[in-house]
Amino acid sequence: MAKNSKRRGPVIHPWPLRLTHWLNVIAIVMMIGSGWQIYDASPLFGFSFPPLITIGGWLGAAIAWHLAFMWLLVINGIAYFTWGAGSGHFRKLWPISPRAIMREIGQALTFRLRHEKGMYNAVQRLLYVGVLFAGVVIVISGLGIWKPVQLWFFTDLCGGYFIARYVHFFAMAAIAGFVVIHVLLVLMVPKVLPPMITGGRLEQ
Amino acid sequence: MKQFDPSRRKLFARALALGVVAALPGCNFEDPQHPDLADRFLRAMLAWNDRVQQALFSPHTLAPTFSADLITNPPRFNAFYDISQAPVVDAARYRLELGGQIQDRQGWSLAALRGLPQYSQITRLVCVEGWRVIGQWSGVRLSDFLARIGADTTCKYVSFKCADGYYSSIDMESALHPQTILALDFLNAPLTPAFGAPVRLRIPTKLGFKNPKNLVYLGVGNVYTGGYWEDQGYDWFSGS
Repeated sequence: MAKNSKRRGPVIHPWPLRLTHWLNVIAIVMMIGSGWQIYDASPLFGFSFPPLITIGGWLGAAIAWHLAFMWLLVINGIAYFTWGAGSGHFRKLWPISPRAIMREIGQALTFRLRHEKGMYNAVQRLLYVGVLFAGVVIVISGLGIWKPVQLWFFTDLCGGYFIARYVHFFAMAAIAGFVVIHVLLVLMVPKVLPPMITGGRLEQ
Repeated sequence: MKQFDPSRRKLFARALALGVVAALPGCNFEDPQHPDLADRFLRAMLAWNDRVQQALFSPHTLAPTFSADLITNPPRFNAFYDISQAPVVDAARYRLELGGQIQDRQGWSLAALRGLPQYSQITRLVCVEGWRVIGQWSGVRLSDFLARIGADTTCKYVSFKCADGYYSSIDMESALHPQTILALDFLNAPLTPAFGAPVRLRIPTKLGFKNPKNLVYLGVGNVYTGGYWEDQGYDWFSGS
């Protein structure tokens, strides 16, 4: 064992990151699926989500799913942010240099952008910080919609009940957009998937 | 050291499987008589959320009030039937029947209700579907009314029955909230059948479906009586 660990570097994804990541997958799927069903009861725009991709089947059940899995989303999110702040993980996501982003987008478009294990490049940092921000916005606007009287400060922060629903929708759209890009990138570079399950090791 | 801990991997697999099982279709309060695993899970979470909402509720936090130019008129109709089927109650012979832990259970006529101190407010009605309307409702403060009839306000529930068969119930703390009223008027004119005539509950600290219309009965007690939508799976407390 000692021999092995000499040859192997640090873990790429520590277990708290993996655990919160996969719990979050469950929470996000349930929240977005049930959220689309709730949206369909009173659409904000000229479209509805097809029942095939919604969760709950009808408004009452969708709300029950939504308000059950919000606990997983929030408790798991708090655990992640606490771990991220305490472990120094967030230092990997910050700072974000606009020049590096422009350079990397250029590299990505010409297929010259390299993936380095254990390092987040500027575009990744931007996406991760962006989706974390959307996560905070979706919780605040969600609480503001759920409790516009008792938690009125969240409602007011979102511009009132009416606008809070739009804020909640666009935060969902941002997260859903992130998920699409995230999954596409994993499909393009499949070697990044096993470390998110096993932890993986950096070579030294 | 092994590359991964198999027990941990199993845990992930189980957690993922749980999420998939939970998302299985056809397990969403479809048959209240035969609740499946998902139904029991949702019921337990609804009960937990009701306790959280009860704890969040503050009798001193007022629902926001609005200026008259923001009023939606006519308001938006919503019921489990079409607007043309709204029950028409004979105002002249109307009695609000009382039951349960109340000292004076004599019924109340409209004239008697109008004889009590009237209170007016412009508040927002938020529907569980997501839309909202702002309206001006006037009537008798429910806390005044409960005191007047000698209701035992240490009881847990105030229950309502409606002329159309709808029914609902609320917690006593919310019933005693200063903005909870037995509304008689909308925009200073008597309520119309579609919007609750002759008396409706107006409780801006709860969702719209907790504002039963066309009231014919009010009861006070410790026995949970649920509600039309609540019994089908909507959250009972449904506080705003």
